[in-house]
Order: sequence, then C-alpha cells, then structure tokens
Amino acid sequence: MEPRIRIRSITREKIEENFLASVFGKFFIEVASLASFTLRFFKEVLKPPYEFNELLKQSFLVGYKSFPLIAITGFIIGLVSTIQSRPTLANFGAVSLLPAMVAVSLIREIGPVITALIFAGKVGSGIGAELASMKVTEQIDAMQVSGTNPFKFLVVTRVLAATLMLPLLAVLADAVGLLGSLVGVNLKGHVSVSFYFSQVFQALRFGDLFPAIVKTFFFGFAIGLIGCYKGYYANTGTEGVGKAANSAVVFASLMVFIIDMIAVQITSLYQN
Amino acid sequence: MTEKAAPDNIEQAPVQNGTVVVKMVHLRKSFENNHVLRDINLVLNKGENLVILGKSGTGKSVLIKCIVGLVDCDYGSLSIFGEDISELSEKELMETRKKIGFLFQSGALYDSMSVRENLQFPLRRQLHSIPKDKMNSLIKEALENVGLAKAIDKTPLELSGGMRKRLGLARTLILKPEIMLYDEPTTGLDPITSKEISKLILEVQQTYNTSSIIITHDMECARLTADRVVVIKDGMCDAEGTFDELKNSTDAWIRSYFE
Repeated sequence: MEPRIRIRSITREKIEENFLASVFGKFFIEVASLASFTLRFFKEVLKPPYEFNELLKQSFLVGYKSFPLIAITGFIIGLVSTIQSRPTLANFGAVSLLPAMVAVSLIREIGPVITALIFAGKVGSGIGAELASMKVTEQIDAMQVSGTNPFKFLVVTRVLAATLMLPLLAVLADAVGLLGSLVGVNLKGHVSVSFYFSQVFQALRFGDLFPAIVKTFFFGFAIGLIGCYKGYYANTGTEGVGKAANSAVVFASLMVFIIDMIAVQITSLYQN
Repeated sequence: MTEKAAPDNIEQAPVQNGTVVVKMVHLRKSFENNHVLRDINLVLNKGENLVILGKSGTGKSVLIKCIVGLVDCDYGSLSIFGEDISELSEKELMETRKKIGFLFQSGALYDSMSVRENLQFPLRRQLHSIPKDKMNSLIKEALENVGLAKAIDKTPLELSGGMRKRLGLARTLILKPEIMLYDEPTTGLDPITSKEISKLILEVQQTYNTSSIIITHDMECARLTADRVVVIKDGMCDAEGTFDELKNSTDAWIRSYFE
C-alpha cells in the first residue's frame, strides 16, 4: 500500500470535522506525503537493480532536448542585462566594468535561477503530465503487475536525470549568456573577444562559481521530485493530468526560489 | 491493511473442485465509508475460466486488483498457489506477479513505445539475459497469435480499440502466465471484435492451460468463455453455477442479467 494513501485514509475523517482543521490538515498531509515520497526515493535509489538504460534515456530527454530552449533564454538574458545595465554604469563612468558586472550577476544568480525556472516549466510539467497520464491509463499499474517496480523505473530515473542535467544546462546557459553579453557590449562600442573574456575571468572567483553550481543540483532534484510526486499521485481522469502538470510547475518554481534564498544565506556566511 | 485475520467460519469457505490456484475467504475491502467488498468467498481452479458478473461499482475490478496486490484487502485471506499474499515480501510478491497476467480494461499500453517495444518491455524485465533472436521470435509468435503481426512497428495510438485489446493480450501472454485476469475485455468493442476477443480467451485457456477470471458485462462473452459464473451483489457472491444454470435460475434478479 502506498504510504500516502494510508495517511490520507486515516486522517480524512478527522480533518473534515471543521474547516480550519481541514485546511491545515491538508497542508500537513501534503508535506508528510512529500516527505514520505522523498524518503522512498532515497531508499529505492540505493537498492539494486539499477535502471541505467532508462536513466540515460531520461538524461537525453531532459538534458539534450532542453538545451536549445535554455541556450536561447541564456543568450537573451545575457544580451538584455548588458543593454539594461549600460546606462546606469555610464552615469558613474564605469562602462568598462560592464563585462565583469554582467558576468558575476549571470553566473552567481541569474543563470542558475532562470535555467531552473525554464527547466521547471519544460521538464517539471512534462514529467508531471506524463506520469499522471500513465496513471490515468493504468500504465503504472500494468508495470507493477508485470513485475517491474514503477517507482524505481519511472521516478528514480527521472529525478536523477533532472538532478544531473540541470547543473550541465546551467553551465551551458552561463556560457551562452556570456556570449549574449559580448554581443550586448558590442552594440554600442567595440570590445574584442579576448579583452571581454579577460575582464570576465578577472572578475570571477571560485567562490562565485562553486555555490552557483552546487545549488543547481538541489534545483534539479526539487524539480524532478515535485514533477514525479504530482504525476505519481495525480487524481484519475483527464482533469488530474492538467492539474498535475500545472501544480508541478507552480510548486517547483516556488521551491527554486526557496532553495535559492537558503543557498544565498549559506553562501553569504562563508563570503563575509 | 488495517485488520486481517484467518477466516473463523470454515463452513462458508468456498467449494474446491480441483487444484485451487486462487482462494479468497471472507475478503473485505472498503474505501473510506464505501464498503466495496463485504464478504467474498471464491476459488479459482486450475485450468478453468471463471466469469464474474455484477452491476457496475460492485467491486469486481477491485477484486482482481486484490489478487495482484494492486489493492490491499482490509480483512480475510487471499492465497495464490497456496501462499497468502499478505504474508509475502515485496520481492516474493513481484515473483508471484510474474505468474499472473492482467488485461486491463483500457489495455494500459505504453503509449511512448512501439508495438514491438511494448512486448519487449516485459521480456527484458523478466528474462534478463534473453538473446535478441529469441526475443524477436517470441514477439513475432505473440503478435501472430493475436493477428497483429503487421502492426509490429506501429505505435499504440495508431491502433483501433480491438487491436489495442489484442496487443494488451499479447503483451500479457508473452510471459506465459499461469493465471489470467481479464478486466472487461470486450468493453467498447463491436460484436464481431468482441467475439474475436472471446475466442482468443478460449484459445489462451486451451493452448496454455491458464486459469482465468473474466470480469464482463458482455453476456455473449460470458456464454462463450465461462466454465463457471459467479454473480456479485452488494459486495458478496450472490450466486454461482454454470452459465446455463444461472440463466435458468429461479431468482428473477439473477435471470435479469441474461435477458
């Protein structure tokens, strides 16, 4: 029996006693259910047999297939932030700091967060809708009946793929974003490629890059896990598929900001 | 499972005629306040086709989902090949499931895979080191058995309702299960295709000597396939007999199914 179903069936009668209890009850049941889902993930991820082929397939689907969208977004973000920052820096006579400023903001914050949000929209909703649709059409039951552990095959592989692919995508988005910024710098003036990148790398420190990459693992994990959770426990019916996809994006995006806030706090402890 | 106990009333235990493969005694299942199965006592004998009839919402699908462990029963015992499934570990349950085929009402085909991949999936999962040519010959044989050899490279979305049912059957049969569970195998199909599916069910029984539970509202399917029929009413087995016995029952309610 799925732990979440057990929790719901035990508590539902009690929480229906009054509205206030119902609202808080549902919230805490959801939190407990997600915690139980997360624990099950860690239990299953370590237990053989390992689904390497499915992991590779999912990595290809969530990583490679997301790259064009992430690259376009990264380029535009780099270009736009450069164009927008120029007038302010010009007021202070600090246009020469433009590459360094854009690079630091792109690599420390904008690149990872924007990549994660795009990833949540594309991959998180996709996973949620796919698993919900599989549940509605009894494909998950069919897997279970045929002797396959659907949690391991569907959930573990997708969460791992999202966790491993998002950092790679974030690095690529940063790189493409810097190219966008180079174009932005050259729209009003001329800066050579070598001078631009020497400015960028002089400004960047290991302490800028490392925490930014580390937090993308957590972003990827949260997006994959929430997408799977919403899809795996979707209500039956076509309405359930839409709701699963929608709530996966909303909840995953919110989690990205919460994780980012925590990561910034932790990073600032070491930097100060 | 909230409470589970051995049956205390042996007199109500189901009748056994041959080698019993599935046995349910005092089985109960509720979903919150909805008591779906109230007291089910049933056996499935080796090699027989058991048809279960009953109104919609009487828990027929829940009953067969209990057999494969997709739904846990609340009370009573359910044994498969003499083993109580509530006492099996997850690994043992997985092994038991390999002996059971389940044809879902919707077919439950993997939409992201082709027909060939749908059949490869259970083979790869359960016969890990199967050579490629052996796998291909098994797939070819399974598709030929259900008349779908030409559809091997299509996707499930390109198939008609009848073809999807037949593909679901081929995917289930490719592992040669000892027990087959059919959840409304002819629902949504025209009479000719329904008859084809019913004939396939009979062929499966004769070819592989499977024991089957068939849930249906299609009386023609029941007539063609049933060795024994059980009618479920209010979560309990209300009547049991051959198709003709129940058709000529003195109980007007039971007769109404056959009119």
